[in-house]
Amino acid sequence: MSTAATRKVAQPAPAEVPRTRPRRSLRASSTFNFWLFTGPFLIGLVIFVFVPIVWSMYLSFFEARFTVTPSEFVGFANYRQILTDTDFRNSLVTFTVFAAFIVPATWALSLGLALLVNRLRFMRAFFRSVFFLPTACSYVAAALIWKMSIFNGVRFGLANTVLDWFGVENIAWLANPDPPWYWLVIVTVRLWLQSGFYMILFLAALQNIPQELYEAAAIDGAKPGWQTFRYITLPQLRATSTAVILLLLIAAYQAFDEFFNLLSKTTWGQPPLVELYKMALGENQNYGAGSAGALVLTLLICVVTLLQGKIMGFGRGEESK
Amino acid sequence: MSAMSNSNWSRRSLFRAAAGMAAAGTLAACGGNNGRGGSSGSGKNLVQYFHAYGEAGVEQAVKRYAKAYKGADVTTQWITGSQFEQKLFAALLTKNAPDVFEFHPQIQLVKSGQVADLTDIIEPVKDDFNPADIKSHTVDGKIYGVRMIDDPQFFFYRPSLFEKAKIEVPQTLEELIEAAAKLKTSKVKGAFLGNDITPVQSPLIWSAGADTLTEDNKVAFNTDAVAEGLKQLRSLFTSGNLLLDAPADWWDPSAFTQGLTAIQWCGMWAMPAMQQALGDDIGIFPFPKVGSAGKQSVTNGGWSMFVNAKGDNVEAAKEYVKWLWIEQKQYQEDFATSYGFHIPPRTSIAQSATKLKSGLPAEGVKLFNEFGHFDNIGWTQAMISSINDVMANSVRKDGDPKAQLAAAEKKVDAELKKLFG
Repeated sequence: MSTAATRKVAQPAPAEVPRTRPRRSLRASSTFNFWLFTGPFLIGLVIFVFVPIVWSMYLSFFEARFTVTPSEFVGFANYRQILTDTDFRNSLVTFTVFAAFIVPATWALSLGLALLVNRLRFMRAFFRSVFFLPTACSYVAAALIWKMSIFNGVRFGLANTVLDWFGVENIAWLANPDPPWYWLVIVTVRLWLQSGFYMILFLAALQNIPQELYEAAAIDGAKPGWQTFRYITLPQLRATSTAVILLLLIAAYQAFDEFFNLLSKTTWGQPPLVELYKMALGENQNYGAGSAGALVLTLLICVVTLLQGKIMGFGRGEESK
Repeated sequence: MSAMSNSNWSRRSLFRAAAGMAAAGTLAACGGNNGRGGSSGSGKNLVQYFHAYGEAGVEQAVKRYAKAYKGADVTTQWITGSQFEQKLFAALLTKNAPDVFEFHPQIQLVKSGQVADLTDIIEPVKDDFNPADIKSHTVDGKIYGVRMIDDPQFFFYRPSLFEKAKIEVPQTLEELIEAAAKLKTSKVKGAFLGNDITPVQSPLIWSAGADTLTEDNKVAFNTDAVAEGLKQLRSLFTSGNLLLDAPADWWDPSAFTQGLTAIQWCGMWAMPAMQQALGDDIGIFPFPKVGSAGKQSVTNGGWSMFVNAKGDNVEAAKEYVKWLWIEQKQYQEDFATSYGFHIPPRTSIAQSATKLKSGLPAEGVKLFNEFGHFDNIGWTQAMISSINDVMANSVRKDGDPKAQLAAAEKKVDAELKKLFG
């Protein structure tokens, strides 16, 4: 939304000048336009993002059970509690496992889809839309479809029906953690939901690669296929790849919906946000410890993001071209 | 570019329209849809929370009762999904908290001043209530909730399948596990105890001769017999004879009526739907004995009405609860017997409820009276969660039952200390 708003600032004013003379001064005032278009979003951002962040910082230093307006200052006790909490530490392990699966898988799948769609001669728009469509689906709805129709444990579940053709016994995908089939369910649902979106990013980047590079390479004797892909396409996609991996990591940190809806009453497969949700909004309603955990998590995300930027060179994309 | 510039205008106006709509939508979201409905002549607005009953018509019935009340405008929030308690607890902290809500008696709600004392509205008809339902809502002589329905939970089975497999109704947990093995075919699983096995956690404890808490609120579930029972359940879980990951969970009769399982742990509410699907081919039995010192058991669950003591309309809410759940007996009977089957906690209504007098429902009432364990107000959600963890770690996973029970005891002890000192 905000990109649409800022783009408007520069363009439409001159075009409308002749017809709307009385409003000209207002229209032309870029300061006014700036606030007009960013104001509503800024207000929303302050109320729904910045105030809660500051508030949870405040809460994290208080004994805040069953209240969000606490009075008993406890210093760093909540932080001590959260950092020694095995459930919270396990949730970080769970997240790491999850990220190790989902980030490379989504990266590879969306890049693959983008390459396929990019090579299409006809019906490109159709396939682009079809692959992008799942992005519009809600995580909760998708999780329920995965749980109740595709990966349910009864004989007529889709996955079990397919296994049955090969004479394999029914599998309880989610109820039985041994072997941990639930990872398959969780990773596939997210893969289906988000690959299309990242495919669009890759597609845009692919179309930005100058055709001359390929022509020059062909003249120099580079074989089409793997060689061209490895030495031209992939390096040219470096900036986009870095951004995609960063976005994927952050999205993985925010994982909640599918875990919450797919795994009921388990002690395993609980990523940090589910753990914090249980702590702050479960039966203990411990907002102090929950806020402390949220801040620890925020700090972790910042550190990982910065590190990743350092290693992969985020923001240096332009020079590397 | 020049070819495109013509379409630029329409695109721009499209953006403008979209931005306008988004802004308007945000503003609109602030205004309406806060669940309180419009104001009307009667003045007071009340909000009530109900979990989503699965039977057709219950939601309409609850709204119909509310509409018939003249003292206030009552809006019903029908909370779907399986996490009713989490949504309720979270909502109770906010300004949008319900004035009236259904839940189970749990003492932390009393200790934190969350639920209002309803002694004065119940006292006049106290003798008409099942004494166990009064006891489970009483703390220090004050009564904090009005029981609406009692819901016994037990096993349902298909006698025809039992005959075919030549087995008797299981009396012990070993026999149940054997029965599940004999009943299992390529199409039908032996038994269904809920997707996460937690519905049978309390019956397992009771049937092993233990209890959740003692009379004076000390841990009573950590015994060798319970650990042995958990071990047996683990063997059932891994046997492949148990139905797992059913699309509809244990409270819904679908798994049973669709022939996915021969035995299912469910509640009396599901009887009408089961009878419609299977006719007379339904039997019931309590959770079987665990170990030699055990005794069969049935969960006497149910739902009660509470008034939010921290709400703005405590008196109006109490008036409404008194009107509907004390005075309006025809609605109470309608609620208990017209949709799913529930046992009315009031003797006068139970006596006139002819639907529960014969056949399968009558057997359910018998199990309720003979083997039933009522809610213990001292057994709170946090304690229930710690036993949920035991079920997850030592039945669904291969954790040592004794170590898991000891860990749960530690957690429950901490809760008890917070509540009772």
